[in-house]
Formats: sequence, structure tokens, C-alpha cells
Amino acid sequence: MIPASFDYTCPKTVAEAVSLLGQNPEAKILAGGHSLIPMMRFRMATPAMLVDINQLEGLSYIKEEGDWLEIGAMTRESELDRSELVRKSYSLLADTTRVIADPLVRNLATVGGNIAHADPANDHPATMLAYGAEVTATGPDGERSIPIGDFFLDAFTTSLSHDEILTAIRIPRAVEKSGGAYFKLERKVGDYATVAVAAQLVLNGDGKIASAGIGLTNVGLTPIKATAAEEALTGKVLDDASIKEAARLASEVAEPIEDQRGSEEYKRHLVRTFTSRALRKAQERAEGGGV
Amino acid sequence: MSTHSITLKVNGEEHTREVEARLLLVHLIREELELTGTHIGCDTTSCGACTILLNGRPVKSCTMFAVQASGAEIASVEGLATNGNLHPIQEGFTEKHGLQCGYCTPGMMMTTVALLKDNPNPNEEDIRWGVAD
Repeated sequence: MIPASFDYTCPKTVAEAVSLLGQNPEAKILAGGHSLIPMMRFRMATPAMLVDINQLEGLSYIKEEGDWLEIGAMTRESELDRSELVRKSYSLLADTTRVIADPLVRNLATVGGNIAHADPANDHPATMLAYGAEVTATGPDGERSIPIGDFFLDAFTTSLSHDEILTAIRIPRAVEKSGGAYFKLERKVGDYATVAVAAQLVLNGDGKIASAGIGLTNVGLTPIKATAAEEALTGKVLDDASIKEAARLASEVAEPIEDQRGSEEYKRHLVRTFTSRALRKAQERAEGGGV
Repeated sequence: MSTHSITLKVNGEEHTREVEARLLLVHLIREELELTGTHIGCDTTSCGACTILLNGRPVKSCTMFAVQASGAEIASVEGLATNGNLHPIQEGFTEKHGLQCGYCTPGMMMTTVALLKDNPNPNEEDIRWGVAD
């Protein structure tokens, strides 16, 4: 299928890209293109202009700096997958990257695109909610930081303005006794999640939970942060009772609808099961095992 | 609607073309360059029949605009054999009948070439992960 006609631009600087977006209200940003181009082929998206940000320099990196792990928005999923740093210290992120689409898609798809597209079925958003990440947006007035909890407004809708580009994502730097996990059910390789759950734990010296993060994929119009479940875990020891309660609270905050992937009840059941499994795995990893 | 002059190398040979922005890379390869070994399967970015190597990395040529490939080096299935001799991957696929209907075989072979370049001795899990998982 052939996309509708559009004007193609390929700016060399972020400032130029921002200015093109500002001057062209019908323009869309083209990053890895693995959500946008399929939508254009189906003519579900018919942008008058594409602003290709693949040639912008300095937007592809993975580095620890200060209190953060900083990831450039144009970092490809395959680069995250291959990063020793991510594999060693950011298990939740490593888990997530590996289950996105398939290896060919991951060679071009970007972490920034996965988040900025705001498809509730995408995987990074829930993971970033569990981490308590921040998004860096660059617009005509420079950069601003947006807490990920304020980023997703609705399906395919974010708090970015039209002339802002998501240029980086920052995850709190890994600390001792922290770990996470991502559990996803997909009908076949490359499919979107029927349900997926991201969990991140930081433990105290006494083994109690210092902080918990839980994000849910594809059970609502936006990715969902299971705040009540997180709060119920804080200060507790992770045991059968606290896991059961957190899993129950997470499944209550989910808003799944019945579709070809399953009934509402089935999906709530999956949220309970995956929340339990992700928490157990997160704890195992926080204690230094289970890579 | 913009048009662009692009130059790219395909299987070592340089080509320059005027293309509409919306022309997909796979259509450039098949219809303009007449290299029809690269197939279009699902047209939904799922199947991988259209896989080519873009600067050495396997990607789906249906999910990229031709204009984005300007300056790139592309390898398609036609570039595997040299001087009439099949590439070892083609030999291997033939010897083991490594196909079902064969439609996506060009993409499978390009993916395999890239996988083995990264990892010359993959185990079964590496192969499953590298090809499709």
C-alpha cells in the first residue's frame, strides 16, 4: 500500500527541526518510523510533511550521569538490547527492550518513538512509569523536563506541544539492592501485548521495600501507574500476602476492554498474575540474583 | 509533495534516481532498480520477506522511505552470489531445504547473513532470537 503524498524534510539540527514543526502545523516527526510508516501505508495517518530526525546528531547514546541513566531519544532498541550497562544494572529496561516487536524492527525502532507515539500497547511507557523516569522535551524555548507520570494524556496523546521533540529519557540511576522485571503475554512474536506488567523495586538494608514502581501495558487508554499497589508495598517485606495485595490493587486500577486478545476478566487475571511474577523476579534481582 | 534526488549503493553498484518522498524503499528496489528478489509479503511490517541489509543491518525495506536511504549501502538477495557461485547461505538453504513455501526466503537469507556476521557460532536460542523472537 502506498502512503498519501507529503513533503519530506531532513533537518540537520534540533533547532531546525523545531522550527520546521513550528511553521508546519500538519507536520509529523519521523523517528524510527515503525509505528508511523505502517499507519501511513494504511492511510490512518496522512501528514502533510515529515520532519525526519534520523540525521540529527547527538540523540543516540546511553550513559550514566549524576543521578540518572540518560538515553538519547534516537537510540535504537537493538542498541539498548546490546548495551552491557543496561543488561547489568537496568534489568527492567533490558527485559522490555527484548520483547518489543522483532529483531528487524528493533534495528530501526527508537526508544523515543516508542514513548512519544503514546500507543497504550507500546512497552516502554509502562516501564518508564515503573522507573519514575523523566522525559526531556526540546522546543523553541529550549529544554524542559516532564515527569513521565504527566506525559501520557490519552491514547496517542502526550503533553508535548506540536513544536517540541522528545530528545531524551532519564531513568533514576541504579542503586544497590534495586531490580526490576517486565512480563508480557503476546499471542505470537512481534504482536502487541495482550497484557504486560513492569515492576521495579528498591530494597532497604533490612530487606523491606524502600520504593516500588508498577506500570501496566495495554489495559487502558494510557499506560497505567499502579499507585495504590506501589504504596501498599512501601515499607513492607515482599511476601505472599503483600504480593497478593499488590496484585489485587494493580488489577483493580487496570481498565481493560474485551477485544480479540481476550475478555476484560482474563486481562485482569493476567495483570494479577504478571504483577506477582514481576515483583518476585524484581526482588530476586534486587538481592543480586536472577539476571 | 516533494521529490528528491537520491544516490545509494545497492549490491556495490551506485544508483541515482529522482523519487517522490512517499516511495518506499522496497518499491525503489523492486520497481525502479528491477531487483525483484526482495519480496513484499504482509505490507504491515510483520513478516520480513522484504528484508535487506541497510549499512550491514537487516531491516524491513517496506518500512522506510527510499529518500531515507540516500547515501546508504544496501545489500539485497541478488548480491549474495558472486561470479555465478551461490553464497554459502544459499548453499545451506538449498542443502537443508530451509524453507516452506519459499516466498520469504530472500528475507530469511539476508537476516541469516547478518546474524552469522555478528555471531558465527550461534546456538539454537541465538538463532531463534536473531531471526524472529
